[in-house]
Amino acid sequence: MRRAVLIAVPYFWLLALFLIPFAVVFKISLSDIALAIPPYTPTAKDGIWTMLSQLDFENFVFLTQDDLYWKAYVSSLQIALISTVLTLLVGYPMAYAMARAPEQWRPTLLMLVILPFWTSFLIRVYAWVGILSGEGFLNQFLLWIGIIDAPLTILNTNIAVYIGIVYTYLPFMILPIYSALDRLDGSLIEAAEDLGCSRIRAFWLVTIPLSRNGIIAGCFLVFIPALGEFVIPSLLGGSGTLMIGKVLFEEFFSNRDWPVASAVAVILLLILIIPIVLFQRNEQKQVEDGS
Amino acid sequence: MTRLSPFNVVSLTLGFVFLYVPMLILVIYSFNASQLVTVWAGFSTRWYGELLSNDAFLDAAWVTLRVAVISSTIATVLGTMAAYVLVRGGRFMGRTLFSGMIYAPLVMPEVITGLSLLLLFIGLGLDRGVLTIVLAHTTFSMCFVSVVVSSRLVSFDRSLEEAALDLGASPWDAFRLVTLPIIAPAVISGWLLAFTLSLDDLVIASFTSGPSATTLPMKIWSSVRLGVSPEINALSTILIGLVTVGVIAASLASKHAALRAKRDEQAAARAA
Repeated sequence: MRRAVLIAVPYFWLLALFLIPFAVVFKISLSDIALAIPPYTPTAKDGIWTMLSQLDFENFVFLTQDDLYWKAYVSSLQIALISTVLTLLVGYPMAYAMARAPEQWRPTLLMLVILPFWTSFLIRVYAWVGILSGEGFLNQFLLWIGIIDAPLTILNTNIAVYIGIVYTYLPFMILPIYSALDRLDGSLIEAAEDLGCSRIRAFWLVTIPLSRNGIIAGCFLVFIPALGEFVIPSLLGGSGTLMIGKVLFEEFFSNRDWPVASAVAVILLLILIIPIVLFQRNEQKQVEDGS
Repeated sequence: MTRLSPFNVVSLTLGFVFLYVPMLILVIYSFNASQLVTVWAGFSTRWYGELLSNDAFLDAAWVTLRVAVISSTIATVLGTMAAYVLVRGGRFMGRTLFSGMIYAPLVMPEVITGLSLLLLFIGLGLDRGVLTIVLAHTTFSMCFVSVVVSSRLVSFDRSLEEAALDLGASPWDAFRLVTLPIIAPAVISGWLLAFTLSLDDLVIASFTSGPSATTLPMKIWSSVRLGVSPEINALSTILIGLVTVGVIAASLASKHAALRAKRDEQAAARAA
């Protein structure tokens, strides 16, 4: 009895406020826009059959007709993918060095990685505006040491978006990889080296495969949220930076076209279902391996 | 595994420079006398004064604080329950769906969560304001709490609970007297995580709040969109300072607790 209550309370909370809202989004993506508030005509009033007969895929057809949406999905995927790879390239060496550091340093190093994560996301993105702008600190510095003659345009380009994503999501990459490397049995690497592997070969053949779960978790933790990112492309990206999170936000708040915004969300969700399921499996497996 | 190669040292150094220099610049330039944020014109605390006399910021800070305290507290209770169910609950109908609903919000893009909750609230006819932001924040942060707590639940010795049950404790007493004290550090860090996530959230709050409630991130966003401003630098410095003090205090407290536990163990070993 008590167990049933224990299960039911969080279960119904999540059903009501996580799963059912998706059904609402799905329903509205199939309705017509109207100028009343709420700006859509509900399509489910008189029973399921009338509702089904009134369903129309107009909004989805609209999405395929306008180039903007198609391009936004492709460019979001591209930006998220490139930034995930860049974050891995920056994060792995850091996690590796942390796992090799003397035992008494590790808590401090770990805290230094976690600290930025506790600091406001918005502020960390905002910090880069002053660094990357035309007369910003990076350009001042590069001009001063004489590498460049004229300021570089970085702010309001995709490069600024990559920098922003790598910067803000770095802790999410480092932490799972570090925890995988930390558990790794050092004698396995010694064994590989004793058996004639060079250090680099031992790294590729032993360390990387054994930290695979950490790499997978880290990549999903960066890739999935980055795909729908709104703050970073809006602040650091330019008018040429198309990302679906930004399109959705503007469709909703500027154009006030709720059915189209919902259709955009439904498609984004469909794209994300596979990575989300894979991520959940990976996490579940690690929890079960731990026990 | 304890010898750092030059490559390790370089990657750590560059990595931390990358992580900390942007924030350091923000902090230094919050004390700049000039309105131009990239030109140093002498030390001044002028922007802090202007910030503290700005009622709109103070109101927004108050709304944010209320939302964060309420939502993280509810999220901690719900998240701990969910973790307990996932780790100790055994099999029940819809367990896969349940665990999916715990893990999916961790990575779900905020625009989708925000949009879907807003459409639900409108469908229900709820007035958008502090209540709706609290409901939204509770929902995603309870999942973070549940992940933190369940990792602690997985790693601790279950026989302690069973011993309490065998000795006649009710399941609730076993939880209250044995399990809860052991998982307390995870519950506390879960609360802190939920609290920070709520303080930090812009996108979901923008969707779920109405004209009556503006949170601090929403206020920051509307002025940041117009470019860099020294007032925001001052506000950022205050927030960074608070977080730094909080995190260092928490880590010192947990170090202290670990040392005490070790001393107790040694004392117990000597006595035995």
